[in-house]
Amino acid sequence: MKKEWQQQEDGVYKVRTCGWSPPGDHPVGCGMHLHIKDGKLVKVEGDPEHPITEGRLCIRCLSLPEYVNHPSRIIHPMKRAGKKGEDKWQRISWDEAWDIIVDKINYYKENYGAESIVVFGGTGREACLYYYPLGFAAIGTPNVCYPQSGWSCYGPRCAITDYILGAGYPEIDYAGYFPDRYDHEGWHLPEYILLWGKEPLKSNPDGFFGHSIIDMMKRGSKLIMVDPRMNWLATRATYHLQLRPGSDTALALGMLNVIINEDLYDHDFVENWCYGFEELSERVQEYPTDKVADITWVKEELIKEAARAYAKAGNSTMGWGLAIDQNPNGVQLGHALLSIVAITGNLDVPGGVTIGPPASLVGKWRVETRAELSEELWDKRIGAKEWPALSTALATTHPDETLDTLETGKPYKLRMGWFNSTNFITPTCSAAPDRWYRALKNLEFCVVQDVFMTPTAMAFADIFLPLSSFAEHDGIVITHYGRNSVFLGAMNKAIQVGECKSDVEMMIELGKRTNPKAWPFNSVEEFFDFQLKPELGFGFAELKEKGLYQPDYEYEKFKKGKLRADGEPGFNTVTGLVELCSTLFESWGEDPLPYFKEPPYSPYSTPDLYKEFPLVLTTGARNYASFHSEHKHVASLREIAPDPIMEIHPDTAKKLGISEGDWVVIENPFGKAKERAHVTPAIDPRVVHAEHGWWYPEKPADEPSLYGVWESNINTLIPHKHIGKLGFGAPFKSILCKVYKAEDQNFYK
Amino acid sequence: MSRNGLMIDYEYCTGCHSCEVACKNELKLPVGKWGIKLAEIGPWQVVDDHYEWNYIPVPTELCNMCEERVANGNPPSCVLHCLAKCIEFGPLEELAKKMEAKGKKVMMYLP
Repeated sequence: MKKEWQQQEDGVYKVRTCGWSPPGDHPVGCGMHLHIKDGKLVKVEGDPEHPITEGRLCIRCLSLPEYVNHPSRIIHPMKRAGKKGEDKWQRISWDEAWDIIVDKINYYKENYGAESIVVFGGTGREACLYYYPLGFAAIGTPNVCYPQSGWSCYGPRCAITDYILGAGYPEIDYAGYFPDRYDHEGWHLPEYILLWGKEPLKSNPDGFFGHSIIDMMKRGSKLIMVDPRMNWLATRATYHLQLRPGSDTALALGMLNVIINEDLYDHDFVENWCYGFEELSERVQEYPTDKVADITWVKEELIKEAARAYAKAGNSTMGWGLAIDQNPNGVQLGHALLSIVAITGNLDVPGGVTIGPPASLVGKWRVETRAELSEELWDKRIGAKEWPALSTALATTHPDETLDTLETGKPYKLRMGWFNSTNFITPTCSAAPDRWYRALKNLEFCVVQDVFMTPTAMAFADIFLPLSSFAEHDGIVITHYGRNSVFLGAMNKAIQVGECKSDVEMMIELGKRTNPKAWPFNSVEEFFDFQLKPELGFGFAELKEKGLYQPDYEYEKFKKGKLRADGEPGFNTVTGLVELCSTLFESWGEDPLPYFKEPPYSPYSTPDLYKEFPLVLTTGARNYASFHSEHKHVASLREIAPDPIMEIHPDTAKKLGISEGDWVVIENPFGKAKERAHVTPAIDPRVVHAEHGWWYPEKPADEPSLYGVWESNINTLIPHKHIGKLGFGAPFKSILCKVYKAEDQNFYK
Repeated sequence: MSRNGLMIDYEYCTGCHSCEVACKNELKLPVGKWGIKLAEIGPWQVVDDHYEWNYIPVPTELCNMCEERVANGNPPSCVLHCLAKCIEFGPLEELAKKMEAKGKKVMMYLP
């Protein structure tokens, strides 16, 4: 990449940057040039020099000027001027905002202890790197909460990987580590790409550039898709296993049965690098393919063929998606999938599955800031003792326990809330958002930092802090948040909008007022120098000139002693091997081997309920036009995705008198939501899929409407605390419902 | 001199809409107007488990194949930004040869 990251041309100031969010995505770091004219962002153009995206951009970046310049953005700090839930606000200065906030923090700490303050963080935005230190080192509370039931996003997969492989996140090897990409000597094209509960084209999960799949398909990779929906990608797959939602673990065990019983596994890898193969072999005998076919609704022959194809191929890879997390049986599913990859010899090899080294590339600081808290305070972290498998891997509260605490005031009352880039009464991450909504009313004082007024901010904020978009601040973007990162990119500030500030700027400003010894940084550059220099040997100014940094990848680290702190060969687990049978799961009272458990509500686990609610509902597949609840304001994106969509099979639609485009109500005993029917054979007649993330900025702001947040709130159908035995996973992807044409409905809570 | 055209490999067009929005940016088109617009064919069953489902971007009367960009040595906006890299721009004869080499699911436009 060129050294110059800013240039002036025909009255236009152009700034190179790697994007993150807000708005728009996980840390994919797509390369672009921001075009600024008269102090305003006028255009975004892809950067052909970027080694991963090569100029390509999705519509969320291409429409960035509309988002950044939107008239309804909040660009000054505000305090509430009316009752909570009333759209009355007063503009204040940053100094006044900080004075009010610091007084409140001190008041709650002195009178009720720091644990009476809770920091909520959202999904995927840059704030993921910063809401932990905001809580631990600036505010001083042990209660940092990601409010998704069962922590059902990324955390479970990271925890499973920690316990089974002792490594950083396993990712598809798409040659992202290498500047010469697919031409890199020593890299192999994966013969098969197994995509399980994952549609990466639209989701770019955790920084994996989804269209790399297309790059590799063009070069000859074949696909095995495991998905209850036939999405577009599945029509290009060699095998599509269209399983019943929530039956995944049975399918994975059935595939293991084929691979083991037909002797298709890598004997060398199993003998030298795996623990518990005998036990696993015994367990999979309980999952013969005919039985698995009955459980999963996938044809027996197809299960066998896909398992054989994957195991017999040369190097093959696997990408596991959110469906592993959003499943109370998901720990066992993740365990089974890692077992498939391991025993077929596809771990840490070219064109297989890459794994992160023990040390994170930047970003350790965010978790280490918990050293700012006393042991006594750390012990008060909500749900940590009850759920050791979760609290060992993740430095947060247990999300479901946090709702219980808000509702009951036990073990202590939560009084102040800080919402950092999270809008979770909309159907984004929380289960039972209506319960959260009622419980959050118990908080006495709340701060929200966000870009736009959201339903969550309208309901709860006493102070609203205006957040800058990635075009408006300096920062870094790092795929997989530092664990198994193909690159680290520089994010360059191109403009200032109003008085908006970034997460880092706000965190430092607050920290200097509340706990200055932990916040010695005098500028954002100094902060990033502190993050980068010890790990990489260069600072932020140099990163800007590099554009991005790719750390390179070393294969077969387990043979070279590069996965363990003691330098011995093997994996960083209790046994030093890949734990096909988990010593840690057993110590926490869980079965050490993967097993299948029916979803809590399903045709088979609740047959009586199924009579009244005769469809399996799966939720949350993404579209290109939004990132969860973001982008609903942007006219050119709403033109592409104007309404929430529920997919239903033509036979089922006909039976229910539903036609294409009809507004329908999706309902179960927990809640209901209104979406528009899309009649398509892409879904099984027994299943419907409904989109998440919907609210309507164009609808009234004041309660009870809150921008129509309860009208299409699909997460109200997902019950609270139906989680797995280790505390992970919730049934967002598999619940029961009925569907009928919408008449006038009252959705207010 | 040969005329230029656009070639679309719709085996790989993922329906991402980037061409539509990139084009709107270039031509400064409002909501409701497009210089290129995505068409969707399917999904419907061809036979057994095999389905037809294709996205195909279609240039409209407003498409000028990014004269200005091309004159400055840059690719058309849809070509640069396409996530699947399935749009190519160039002389018709060259594109025709590429179509033949690809062998299936390709089309060529002269807007």
